[in-house]
Amino acid sequence: MAAPLTLLLVVAVTIRAALFRSSLADLIAERVEVVSPLNAWKRVVEGLALLDLGISPYSGDVFHETPLIIYLFHFLVDYAEITFMVSRKFVSSFRKQKYALEADRYPLDCLELIRSPKEMYYIPLKVAMFYLLNPFTILSCVAKSTCGLNNAVIALFILCTIKGSALLSAIFLALATYQSVYPLTLFAPALLYLLQRLYIPVNIRRPSFWWYTLQYAFMYLGSLFVIICLSFFLLGTWDFLPSVYGFILSVPDLTPNIGLFWYFFAEMFEHFRLFFLCVFQINVFFYTIPLSIKLKEHPVFLIFMQLAVISIFKSYPTVGDIALYLAFLPVWSHLYRFLRNVFLVSCVLLACSALFPVLWHLWIYAGSANSNFYYAITLLFNVAQILLVSDYFYAYLRREYHLTHGLYLKRKDGSEATLVLK
Amino acid sequence: VCVCVCVCVCVCVCVCVWAVCAMCGCGRDDFQEELVIRPLHSGDIYASFQFRTVWDTDFMGGKKVSHYRLFPKSLGQVISKFSVRELHISFTQGYWRTMQWGQPFLPSPPGAELWVWFQDTVTDVDGTWKELTNVLSGIFCASLNFIDSTNTVQPSASFKPLGIGNVTDHRFLRYATLPREIVCTENLTPWKKLLPCGSKAGLAVLMKSEKLFHSSFHSQAVHIRPVCQDWQCKSTSWELRQTLNVVFDLHSSGQGKREWSLFKMFSRTLTEACPLASSSKIYIDVTDNPQGEQFELSPATPLLSQAVVLGDRRTYSVYDLTQQATFGSMRSLNMLLRWKSSDGECDMMRPLLHGERYVAGYGLQTGEIHTLMYNHHPYRAFPVLLLDTVPWYLRLYIHTLTVTSKGKDNKPSYIHYQPSKDRVRPHLLEMLVQLPPNSVTEVTVQFERALLKWTEYTPDPNHGFYVGSSVVSALVPSVVAMDTNSTQERPLFSSFFPSKEESSYFVRIYTEPLLVNLPTPDFSMPYNVICLTCTVVAVGYGSLYNLLTRTFQVEEPSPGLAKRLANIIRKMRGVPPL
Repeated sequence: MAAPLTLLLVVAVTIRAALFRSSLADLIAERVEVVSPLNAWKRVVEGLALLDLGISPYSGDVFHETPLIIYLFHFLVDYAEITFMVSRKFVSSFRKQKYALEADRYPLDCLELIRSPKEMYYIPLKVAMFYLLNPFTILSCVAKSTCGLNNAVIALFILCTIKGSALLSAIFLALATYQSVYPLTLFAPALLYLLQRLYIPVNIRRPSFWWYTLQYAFMYLGSLFVIICLSFFLLGTWDFLPSVYGFILSVPDLTPNIGLFWYFFAEMFEHFRLFFLCVFQINVFFYTIPLSIKLKEHPVFLIFMQLAVISIFKSYPTVGDIALYLAFLPVWSHLYRFLRNVFLVSCVLLACSALFPVLWHLWIYAGSANSNFYYAITLLFNVAQILLVSDYFYAYLRREYHLTHGLYLKRKDGSEATLVLK
Repeated sequence: VCVCVCVCVCVCVCVCVWAVCAMCGCGRDDFQEELVIRPLHSGDIYASFQFRTVWDTDFMGGKKVSHYRLFPKSLGQVISKFSVRELHISFTQGYWRTMQWGQPFLPSPPGAELWVWFQDTVTDVDGTWKELTNVLSGIFCASLNFIDSTNTVQPSASFKPLGIGNVTDHRFLRYATLPREIVCTENLTPWKKLLPCGSKAGLAVLMKSEKLFHSSFHSQAVHIRPVCQDWQCKSTSWELRQTLNVVFDLHSSGQGKREWSLFKMFSRTLTEACPLASSSKIYIDVTDNPQGEQFELSPATPLLSQAVVLGDRRTYSVYDLTQQATFGSMRSLNMLLRWKSSDGECDMMRPLLHGERYVAGYGLQTGEIHTLMYNHHPYRAFPVLLLDTVPWYLRLYIHTLTVTSKGKDNKPSYIHYQPSKDRVRPHLLEMLVQLPPNSVTEVTVQFERALLKWTEYTPDPNHGFYVGSSVVSALVPSVVAMDTNSTQERPLFSSFFPSKEESSYFVRIYTEPLLVNLPTPDFSMPYNVICLTCTVVAVGYGSLYNLLTRTFQVEEPSPGLAKRLANIIRKMRGVPPL
C-alpha cells in the first residue's frame, strides 16, 4: 500500500515541478477558471507588497485573503511552490479514511452490493490518484492558488471527523470556515458522524443529543472566535471582515469565472440586486437541513453532497473546488451500476473544460465572440455538475433501498419490477 | 455762497461715497489684460490671452461682500460660500505637443481639470467639494457634476499652493480631472461673461468661437489665488486670472501660407482697449527675429521689452492699447507678421523636460501603463514628482511597478500609493524620481481590467474609458537667471508661477490621456441572463427536491382504460373491482 502511494506521489510531484519550471506557469496563473479574486497568487503577492509599503492590504480592493494567510506567506513567500506541493501531499495522504463495513443484516442476495474488503483496500489509493492526477488539481497547484490550502484544511477536517476527534474536527472546521464562509454547512454532517460514532441516537427528545451538539458547537464557535481575534491582533484592524467576508457574500467583483454569479450580477437590474444576492447566497446554505434529515444515517455521503453543493453554487468557484469533491468519487465506485447519466455528464464536463479557454480567447483576445459564449459554457458546465451530483445521490438512495428490500425485485405477479420515485 | 454750497455738496458726496465704500469693504481693484503672440517653429502660431483682476478685499472676513465692481460676482460668491483658498479650473481641447511647440505659459491637460485648496476652517471637505463642483458646473456650463469620489484624489506632494499662505495640510486639497470633457462655445460664453468688459471692448473682442475652436489646441482657464499686495506682504488681495491659450495650425487656419495677422487668426481687429483696464498690451515674440530678417512685423512699434520666462530670455515687441496712437489713423489695429523666406530657421530650444505615456499589452484582460520622462539637460540631473490617477476599474498591481533609467533600476526616493476601492475612489500614485541627465526614465505598472455592471458603461462602451493625464512637476534648472522679485511690474505671462530661486523654474507637464477598452457584457441580455441562470439553479433545486421528498416504490402497472372504467361502474354498483 505504501509503495504504490509513494510512486503516485513521486509522479504527481514530478508533473507539478515540471510545470512550475516551464513557461506555462505564468499562463496558468492568469486563467480565470483556475484562479479567482479570492485565491489568486498575484493578489497574495500584491497584499504582501502593500504591507511592505506600509499600507494596510485591506485598504484597497485587490486583496481578499485572511490575515493568517498573509502571515503564513510572509514567511514562506520564497518557498511558495513547495508549500503548495506539501499541502497537496497532505490532502492525498489524509484520504485514507476507513469506512465502517456494513453489517450482515442484509438479505443474502445483496451480497454483491456490499463491498469486499479487497475493494475497500484500494479505495484510498484510488482517491489519492483521483486527486493528485486530476488535471484540475494540477492546474490549481501550478497557479499557486490558495484554493489548495483551503482543500487541505477541509481534508484535515474530514480526517479528524472520521477518526472521531471532536476537538480537532471543530478546530479544522473553524479554520475552513474562517478561510471561506461556506464550509459552515459541513457542521451538520460532522456532528451527525460524531454522534453516530458515539452511538448517540439523533432524536431531538433525547438530552444526550442536545448535550453533545452543544459541546461540539461550543468547540467550533470557540475556535472560530479565537482565530478571528488572532487575526485582529495580527494586523490591528477589523478591516479584514468586510474585505474577506463582505466580499464573499456581497460579490462586488464581477471577474468572469466558472460560476453562475458573475454574469448574473453584471446584467442585474440595480433595484433587484440585493434580493437576488440574498437568494443566491441562501441557495448554498439551505440544502443543509433537508439533506441532513434525509441522510442522517449516512454522514460521509452528506459531506460529499455538501462539498459538491458548495463548489457549484459558491460565489467565486474555481476548478480547485471541483477537484475536491471529484476526488471523493472513487469512494462510491460501488454505485456505478446505478448511475444513469455517467456518459453524458463526463462528455459534457470534458467538452466544457476544453471549450472554456477557447471561448475566453475568442472573447478577450480575438474579439470575435462576446461574453455570451463564455457564459453559455459556464451554464453547461454547472448543469453537468448538478447532473453528476444528483445522479450520485439517486444511485446512493437506490442502493440503500436495494439493501433493505433485496436486489432483484419482483412484482406481485412474479415479473421483474421497476423502481420509480414517487 | 453758491460756490460754498457746491463745494460743501461735493465734499459731502465724496464723504458719503467713501463711507459707503468703507462700509461695504470694497477695496482697490485693478484689471490688466494682455495678449502674447509667439510664432512657433513648425509654422503654427501660439496666442495666449491673460486677464488679471486684483482686488483688495477679504472674502473670509465676517462682513459679506456685496459690492462687486471688476471682480465677477459669481466667483466671489463661490469663494466666500465654499471657503476657497485657491481655485484652478481649466478646459482644454487638444493636446499640447511639447516637442514641436516648446513649453506653454500655462500648462493644462486635455479635458477639464479642477483643483482646489480649501481654507482650514472647512470641516467637511468632501461635502464642500461636491457642492463646489456642482456650482462650477452651472457657472461654466460644463458637466463638472461628473466629478465625484471615483475621480477625485488628494495628492500628498504635488499641487502645492500657488498663492501665498503657509498651510500645507493636504487634507484641504482636492484634485479631479475629466479627460472626456469636450470644450465648445457654450463653455466659452460664460467664461467671457466673467470679464469686466465682457466681449465688447478690449482684447476680448478677438475671442470669437468660430475661429478659436478651429485650432489645434484651445485651453481656457480660471485661476483664483491670494497674492501679496506689496513686497512687504502685510496684507493680501485676491487675484483672478483668466487665461486663454490657442494654437492656430499653419495648414488648417493659415491656409499653408506663413503669414499671420489678427484678422486671419481671429477674424476681428482691435479698435480700443477695455476702458476699465489699467494696462492693455500685446506682446509679439521677436527673439528669433532681432533685425527683422525672418519676418516682418507691421505696423511697427518702438516699444521693446525683455522678460525671462521658462528659463529663457525673450524679447518682445509691445503694442500698448491704452495709447491712442497704437490704432493709427484707421482707428483699428491689425498686426501682421509676414515671413520673408522659408529657409534660415534656427533651432528651437529643446524643452528640458518632456513626458509621454501609453498603454501596452493586448487583449481585454490585462495591460501595462508605461510613462516615459525625458530629461534633455546635458549634464544636470533633477528630481521630478510624478502624480498618476488611475480609475478603480483598472486594477493596478503595485508589486509590478518598475522604474528604469538608462536600462538600470532607479528606485524612487518617495512613493505614496493609495490603492483604489471599487466604486469609491481611484488609485493614487505619487513618486519622487531622480532623472539622470540626458536620459529617458520609464515607469511601468501592470493592471487588470475589470468587468463592470451593465449600467456602469457609457453609452458607447466600445469607445473605451479615459484615464486622466499624469502630472509631472519639477523645478528645472535654468540657464538664465530667473527673476525672483515678485512685485515688480512684469508682464503677466512671466509672473504666473512664482520663482523662489534664480537657478530653476517651475514646470508642470501633462502626459497624454489614455483610452483603454474594457470587456463588455452583452447589453441586450439582462432578461435572458436572469432566466437562464435561474433555470440552472432551478434544475439543481428540482433534482435535489425530487430525491429528497420522494421514495422508491415498486411500480404497479396501471390497468388499461377499459378496466378502469369498469372498476368505476362496479364501485358504483357496490360490486368488488376486477
